[in-house]
Amino acid sequence: MTTARTWAIALTGLDGDLVEVEADLSNQTPEFRIIGLPDKALGEAVQRVHNASANCGLALPRRRLTVNLSPASVPKHGSGFDVAIAIASLATQGRMDADSIAQTVHIGELGLDGRLRPVPGVLPAVMAAAREGKRRVIVPHANAAEASLVEGIEVVGAVSLADVARWHGADVEERRLDPVPAPASVREQHGDADLADVIGQRDAVEALIAAAAGGHHMLMSGPPGAGKTMLANRLPGILPALDDAAALEVAAIRSLSGDPVSSLVRRPPLEAPHHSASIAALVGGGSRVLRPGAIARATHGVLFLDEVGEFPPSVLDALRQPLEKGAITIHRAGVAASFPASFQLILATNPCPCGNYGVRGASCICPPMAIRRYLGKLSGPLLDRVDIELGLARVSVAHAADLTVDAVTTDAAAARVAEARARAAHRLCDTPWRINARVSGPWLREGPLALAPVVRRPIDAALQRGSLTLRGYDRVLRVAWTLGDLAGRASPSMHDIGRALFMKKGITI
Amino acid sequence: MAAKDVLGRAGEDRAARYLEASGYVVLDRNWRIRDGELDLVVARAGELVVVEVKTRRGDGFGHPFEAVDDRKQRRMWRLAIAWIAAHPDEAQGRRLRLDAVALTGPDPATAVLEHLEDLR
Repeated sequence: MTTARTWAIALTGLDGDLVEVEADLSNQTPEFRIIGLPDKALGEAVQRVHNASANCGLALPRRRLTVNLSPASVPKHGSGFDVAIAIASLATQGRMDADSIAQTVHIGELGLDGRLRPVPGVLPAVMAAAREGKRRVIVPHANAAEASLVEGIEVVGAVSLADVARWHGADVEERRLDPVPAPASVREQHGDADLADVIGQRDAVEALIAAAAGGHHMLMSGPPGAGKTMLANRLPGILPALDDAAALEVAAIRSLSGDPVSSLVRRPPLEAPHHSASIAALVGGGSRVLRPGAIARATHGVLFLDEVGEFPPSVLDALRQPLEKGAITIHRAGVAASFPASFQLILATNPCPCGNYGVRGASCICPPMAIRRYLGKLSGPLLDRVDIELGLARVSVAHAADLTVDAVTTDAAAARVAEARARAAHRLCDTPWRINARVSGPWLREGPLALAPVVRRPIDAALQRGSLTLRGYDRVLRVAWTLGDLAGRASPSMHDIGRALFMKKGITI
Repeated sequence: MAAKDVLGRAGEDRAARYLEASGYVVLDRNWRIRDGELDLVVARAGELVVVEVKTRRGDGFGHPFEAVDDRKQRRMWRLAIAWIAAHPDEAQGRRLRLDAVALTGPDPATAVLEHLEDLR
């Protein structure tokens, strides 16, 4: 036996390709080479595999070892190939069961002491292995819980290289090693904030519930301290819990970002990038290793852009394509990666640079040009995709003292959202859409459920006056349907249309 | 003679005996010019073989073969060509090949012997 082969996974974005790792032992002076488009980190596997094997009591053969990663044209990066390379190399001497090795996918980085270290992206890698019909995968102990989220594949968590070798039938003495722990999560949880904490902003809370029920993108404008951030942080709590497929996709993106994943999180994610974020930080990127950006991490959840007027316009415009397609494809030299990006966009802004424009009892000190420039960044194609525009005012003392009694709790709001979504899904069951925000304009205007002219009168008038564009007209209709769903009506009433019109024209820009 | 040279010479003796037992004829030993030295030059039928012999007491400092690196091999080729130029009659009609013999163990007479043919 002078050749041995096993399997590993090369990730490009969320897509994994099976990579055959074959090792050949030739009767030449000792040398260890890896071929097949490895990057720097993978090239350094030579040293890690060498030392890890020696420290596990599994000396590598003292002859020339050539490890080939095929298909050779797929770019491979990172340290997740270490275990597969080590096992294939050790197996060239026939000390392990060749069939067992050839049927197993190995993922993991080796420490010099021979322990298996966790790597990012285990979840999408194991998903790829299962999809390709592999039956068994061996992962680092710290990634075992994450890998077990994938169904239909046997997952073995190994502490050290010796464990893996023993598993394949090698005769190695057992040594007690502490497993390498998973890295601690750096992301804070927005767990316990309740919608009832929002005091005195009933219109805003209703608008938020409408946005959640219809999946509408929303823009909030208001002075500092009006509660914009507070509202946005409570949106994931009232959105419906993620189903299995969505939760798995969210977990896969988290895994790829290097966050530890141990269970499926049903709460939709919330991403709130700072306004200094670059295009690459927002949509994803990198030179060779393509990492998911904020919009990919916000998929099936909420992307909250606070102080949206401070974002560079180029960054905001980069959101247009993913908003349209629900996915983002990033191209770099030699690679292209696709990430899901179907998020709900929540924008928040001050009305002007000083924040006091249009606020009762405060005086704005901004020159008119500054105000126009500030909000001018928002206009155009991006704003075209926002269904709800909400103006917020500061809460007065009277409101704060008075209205706490019947505040809407997160649980109550979530129940209303779920009911409204169920109603919409039932109505749209013959169409490709499931939520109101996605329904096409012509279907709304001329489809089987087009509204009667009597009900439409307020928006027809606005359209004729020219204060509403046809695109804006469609969006008012969508929001009106959502409001009707929330109220439990079979179709929106004139009152719903009026409120939708108010939510569309709530801000004067 | 230093201890390491005694060990090396003993190792070369053992390698020469092993090669003769395998049907080779030793043509030259420790052929030295200014550029360096060839440990053994042997021949069998149409093959002319230049052999590097490495002897080590243990593998605490790496396997003997690890010392036969690219630089060493290039030097062996150069010396082998020089040997052929100096001995045209014996080289005539034979194909040149490089081999390495490793001896690992405290006593060369009983050490583990490994033979790599056709280094490249």
